[in-house]
Amino acid sequence: MLLRFVADDTNYDFFKYAGATFGASCVAMVLSLVVWAFMGLNFGIDFQGGTTIRTQSEQAVDVGAYRAAMEPLGLGDVTISEVFDTSFGEDRNVAMVRISAQDGAESVTPETIAAVEAALQEVDPSITFPSVESVGPKVSGELIQTAILAVAASLGAILVYIWLRFEWQFSVGAVVALFHDVILTIGIFSLLQIRFDLATIAAILTIIGYSINDTVVIFDRLRENLIKWKQRPLREVMNISVNETLSRTIMTSGTTLIALVALLVLGGDVIRGFVFAITWGIVVGTYSSVFVAKNVVLFLGVKRDWSKPDKTEGNQFANIDS
Amino acid sequence: MLHIPLWRRIFIWSVVALGLLLALPNVFYTRVEQANDARAEIETLGSTPERQAAADAWPSFLPSGLVNLGLDLRGGAHLLAEVQVEDVYAGRMDGLWPALRDALRDARGEVGTIRRVDGGGDAITVRISDPAGMPRALEIARSLANPVTTLTGVGAQDLDVSGDGDELTVRLSEAERAATDDRTIRQSLEIIRRRVDEVGTREPTIQRQGEDRILIQVPGIGSAEELKSLIGTTAQLTFNPVVSRSGDPEGRSGPQEVVLPLLEDPETFYTLERSPVVTGEQLVDAQPSFDQNGRPAVTFRFNPTGARAFGDYTAENIGSPFAIVLDEEIISAPVIQSHIPGGSGIITGNFTVEGSTELAVLLRAGALPAELVFLEERTIGPELGQDSIEAGQIACLVAFVLVLALMWASYGTFGIFANLALLCNVGLLFGLLSLIGATLTLPGIAGIVLTIGMAVDANVLVFERIREEARTARGPSRAIQLGYEKALSAIVDANITTFIIATILFMLGSGPVRGFAVTLGLGILTSVFTAIFVTRLMVVIWFERRRPKTIEV
Repeated sequence: MLLRFVADDTNYDFFKYAGATFGASCVAMVLSLVVWAFMGLNFGIDFQGGTTIRTQSEQAVDVGAYRAAMEPLGLGDVTISEVFDTSFGEDRNVAMVRISAQDGAESVTPETIAAVEAALQEVDPSITFPSVESVGPKVSGELIQTAILAVAASLGAILVYIWLRFEWQFSVGAVVALFHDVILTIGIFSLLQIRFDLATIAAILTIIGYSINDTVVIFDRLRENLIKWKQRPLREVMNISVNETLSRTIMTSGTTLIALVALLVLGGDVIRGFVFAITWGIVVGTYSSVFVAKNVVLFLGVKRDWSKPDKTEGNQFANIDS
Repeated sequence: MLHIPLWRRIFIWSVVALGLLLALPNVFYTRVEQANDARAEIETLGSTPERQAAADAWPSFLPSGLVNLGLDLRGGAHLLAEVQVEDVYAGRMDGLWPALRDALRDARGEVGTIRRVDGGGDAITVRISDPAGMPRALEIARSLANPVTTLTGVGAQDLDVSGDGDELTVRLSEAERAATDDRTIRQSLEIIRRRVDEVGTREPTIQRQGEDRILIQVPGIGSAEELKSLIGTTAQLTFNPVVSRSGDPEGRSGPQEVVLPLLEDPETFYTLERSPVVTGEQLVDAQPSFDQNGRPAVTFRFNPTGARAFGDYTAENIGSPFAIVLDEEIISAPVIQSHIPGGSGIITGNFTVEGSTELAVLLRAGALPAELVFLEERTIGPELGQDSIEAGQIACLVAFVLVLALMWASYGTFGIFANLALLCNVGLLFGLLSLIGATLTLPGIAGIVLTIGMAVDANVLVFERIREEARTARGPSRAIQLGYEKALSAIVDANITTFIIATILFMLGSGPVRGFAVTLGLGILTSVFTAIFVTRLMVVIWFERRRPKTIEV
């Protein structure tokens, strides 16, 4: 007997609470934007410039002592945070020291880094520095620009492709769903103050890739059913399509989530933020392809009956036969 | 109904076999890597028994391409440098000055006396005492210009000459600046590459990025600091005429003169003419050697242009001292004993044997034409990378086992086909990555995870479709065929949209985003191939053997 997550013939009415689900999505998006506006994003050095030093020590991390040791250096804004991970042993105590970009310095100053390392070694002789990364403010500004450009260009290309392959209503629906996913992801990053860096951008792009994949599959079925059921109302055809693809949606999202949760738990702290973003995105993306993309298409309406001519009277291509 | 022609079967299996063969070296990563290194060493340094043994550990008839591990996985240093291209303009102007001065002096009758005034580093500004001679001065200055030697700058001259009242200004033209910038970057790239190669680390990445940036990634090096000191040593060598000698660092100097200390005796200063007679760029060879007293020295040889300039100068200035300047310090200031026509000479000074060897290497590798400013530097410790790999491996293994189990539980026999195809898919992806020598980074691994998700999705789409068709269609063979046919458009559309994203990311992105785009893009190709062709072929073969009356999907 094979495993079935979804019965063969489901007949859920996904649009019964269309107002509620769509409304919830709108509220979530607005909340995300508000959180983003008020709390801001915890930009990593990729986007803000500055230096992060990862420290590792056999002794327990004493944030206060680290801070005291670095105080005399006059480095301005210094953030020290301890990192926990299940894979760390007793003798591995890791912390991240983040130093904001120094005023007026376009490039990175090795002297600063050396001074910080010396000061920390003073506190804890067993300390080592497994990674030191510095990004100048000039580059970080450009990195933001290219990242935004990449996301915008991807959205634009998807808009055009779906418009060509389906109809413009689908294309709008898909892109609205993508915006929904991206904004909610930014919202959660802002809310939990997870570090937002270049890898996060890659994660957002992964989410876009996954979400569009999911949306297109359902759209494809919808298109097929629209031809098959010419007379049924759009709402019903949509319900049929979602029900028919439900098994596949659960299966695919399920396997992908399993893989991601394994990475999230076992993959180590270095990629945790990144994997978290994707995991979140898969959940949101699956939701949005069912409850956002299609609602938009439903609101916009799709031309159903291709046998009748368009209402194009009055324009230069007026119908001669009529 | 489910016929697949023999040639197509052979083709599909060959592609799979080839992909897996190309991926094979990655399974024995360390062994293959050592064998590759040993072969490279035998090539350059000759064979030793150990090297031969290491090289033989991996048979040479098997492919030996590996997926490069990125710095975040392997550890190493990453630098992004900006080349200060403007530095070169001033140098060019200083080089031009003696020629312009001499040419204008020859026309003293028409332009009067001349004096160079400070016009900023990237221009020569000359005041002439007779403003009426300006047309003649402009003509002389223009005669020194040469056509720009690039494809885009056809017809353009390299100098921009303008006159205003009694002031003549010469600067590099826009076309020449562009050409110079390009040349400066190329030269910097080449020099950095040679210096990094001297250390002999494995697979450094040195590439131009954008207009004036150079990205340098060297795996295995201890820190970005170390890498910086390695490539940042400028070794700017010039040979300048000496004006006077004094013990005063604030010694008097004219506008075109400079005071520099003597390396072996920092108390001694020389006043030199700023414009060098010859520069290190005209040097073609430098070797450590010994002078007639048996002390370490460096012998060098100039190219023909340099040799002529050096020959002319020594012929005219016998008995005068002459300074050899390295990085703003005078190595020695010998008195010219005789005319040196051949373009070769010897630098003596207070060298040790190591010192002379190092100087020779630096001179041979050439000077960086312009200063580098480091915009970004990252050091990733090897143990951190190792941790990431180990954690990633365990996670991937667990994820894989769970996904395979779920597929098998859900789709039975068909699930096993999908699982085999999934393994093929990952194999093919690694084969492709090894073939093109791509670099695998942490975001790249995320791309692979997404690919696995997509590959599963394509199979799920097909199986769900077969399941649906099996309820209505006549017979299993028809259901399978319809399942594949009807799922195709969804698979294609879904993957094309994702492929578009991967392409855009590859074009616009850099660093981690690009690494992600590569694995995602290639992964889509392999997953579509395995989902549409490989599983289908497996299903067909199974069907032909079993001829089941009903299928359970």
